[in-house]
Amino acid sequence: MSTYPGSYWYTKEHEWVKVEGEIGIVGITFHAQKELGDIVYVEMVKPGSRVEMGKRLGELQSVKAVSDVYSPVSGEVIEVNPVPSDAPEVLNQDPHGAGWLAKIRMSAPEEIAALMTAADYQAYLGEET
Amino acid sequence: MSAPAGLKRTPLNWVHRQLGARLVDFGGWEMPVQYSGILEEHHAVRAAVGLFDVSHMGEIEIRGPEAFRLTDFVTTNAVARLQPGQIQYSALLYPHGGFVDDILVHKVAEDHYFLCVNAANQEKDYKHIAAENRWDAEVEFASERYAQLAIQGPRALATLQRLTPADLSSLRYYHFLDGEAARARARIARTGYTGADGFELYVPPEEAPRLWREVLEAGREFGIRPCGLGARNTLRLEARMALYGHELDASTTPWEAGLAWIVKLDKGDFLGRAALVAQRERGVRRKLIGFEMRGRGIARDGYEAFIDGSPAGWVSSGGPSPTLKKNIGLCYLPAEHAVIGKTIQILIRDQLVEAVTVPTPFYRRPK
Repeated sequence: MSTYPGSYWYTKEHEWVKVEGEIGIVGITFHAQKELGDIVYVEMVKPGSRVEMGKRLGELQSVKAVSDVYSPVSGEVIEVNPVPSDAPEVLNQDPHGAGWLAKIRMSAPEEIAALMTAADYQAYLGEET
Repeated sequence: MSAPAGLKRTPLNWVHRQLGARLVDFGGWEMPVQYSGILEEHHAVRAAVGLFDVSHMGEIEIRGPEAFRLTDFVTTNAVARLQPGQIQYSALLYPHGGFVDDILVHKVAEDHYFLCVNAANQEKDYKHIAAENRWDAEVEFASERYAQLAIQGPRALATLQRLTPADLSSLRYYHFLDGEAARARARIARTGYTGADGFELYVPPEEAPRLWREVLEAGREFGIRPCGLGARNTLRLEARMALYGHELDASTTPWEAGLAWIVKLDKGDFLGRAALVAQRERGVRRKLIGFEMRGRGIARDGYEAFIDGSPAGWVSSGGPSPTLKKNIGLCYLPAEHAVIGKTIQILIRDQLVEAVTVPTPFYRRPK
């Protein structure tokens, strides 16, 4: 299945990170948006914030549910995508692309080793359901 | 997707599974929360037509020469004002004035009333009514004899008209007829829980799957969508319709909930009347009022409401309004503050976010 880009890394909480040099681009997975349903509200920490792996990076709300986004990596948030906060539906429509949430300057790139590959993640999804 | 053990299922459970619905535990019932998506389903009802399985709702029938006396005694609205074929929104109250349930009373005949009650309350309601039956009315717990489908939206009439010989355009709001839909025996009521025009059909359970499919087929050219309880909730909130367990419960009275219009104190004695009279003399301390978020954030059920930085009440229902594209809610506030145009704050994740009280319903359908 080509749903999950092979070059991304994935968390058990259904975030992804794409590494570009020292920058990690972070978003939620196709599975996460499907579970949440129509996303209507996005709030991310401010650029400049320091985040830690597994700690809160922001919040998503669907019509019915409130859900935290956890950062897959530690570092400094250098940019927050303005699109989802104005048009949250982008997270349902293109969660792995235009719906990216934040760029993080990674302080501990070795953390990536603890994340799942696309194949691992799809196997994990199979076990979870 | 497997259901937790012990959940009750409607006759349409397999139909929902085939349609790929997301099923959830709703008050002990395995119900579809959404099919294609809550927003799409919501908009289908506002713009065209949607079909809901609401077979989890309960039915209680009261019959016999003393059916009127019992029905009138256990409900707050004036049953004497009903004509056969007419429906009334009403409430069952405890002697202390709190809600047992909010219900619809259908007058079938002088000696026959048909009550539609909330799913989670049906056994409680039945026991409550039966316990007050000091007359000789026959009270039947009839939920197993009925499935219920709701067809809602501006194209509901055109959709359902294709399936019934009855003249639906002459069926007025809050009236019903006993006829046929897709050749199945059906009680067709012009009611709903969405703020849209539409119909609720009470049919034999074994007819429900076929009727469901025929309604979807009949509404296809209008863009009909099967709709789940997620959209039902956003729709009813826009229309400011109360939900038991949120706006209403045993600790809430009709005065507080803004439902004075379903209480007819002049009709004679009824269960809860003395407590309501006493509360009115004493003064009502809290009231339900609608609000819109001004700051960024979505108020959710149970969040606290503040006035001038002090805790003042709570959100009974809150969420996004897909039609108005605002975040709205209903909250209980001290009566003196429950006035339109009041700035309040909602505690959202440790932060006070500004909101303002507004007139309701939030949404009113165009005439």
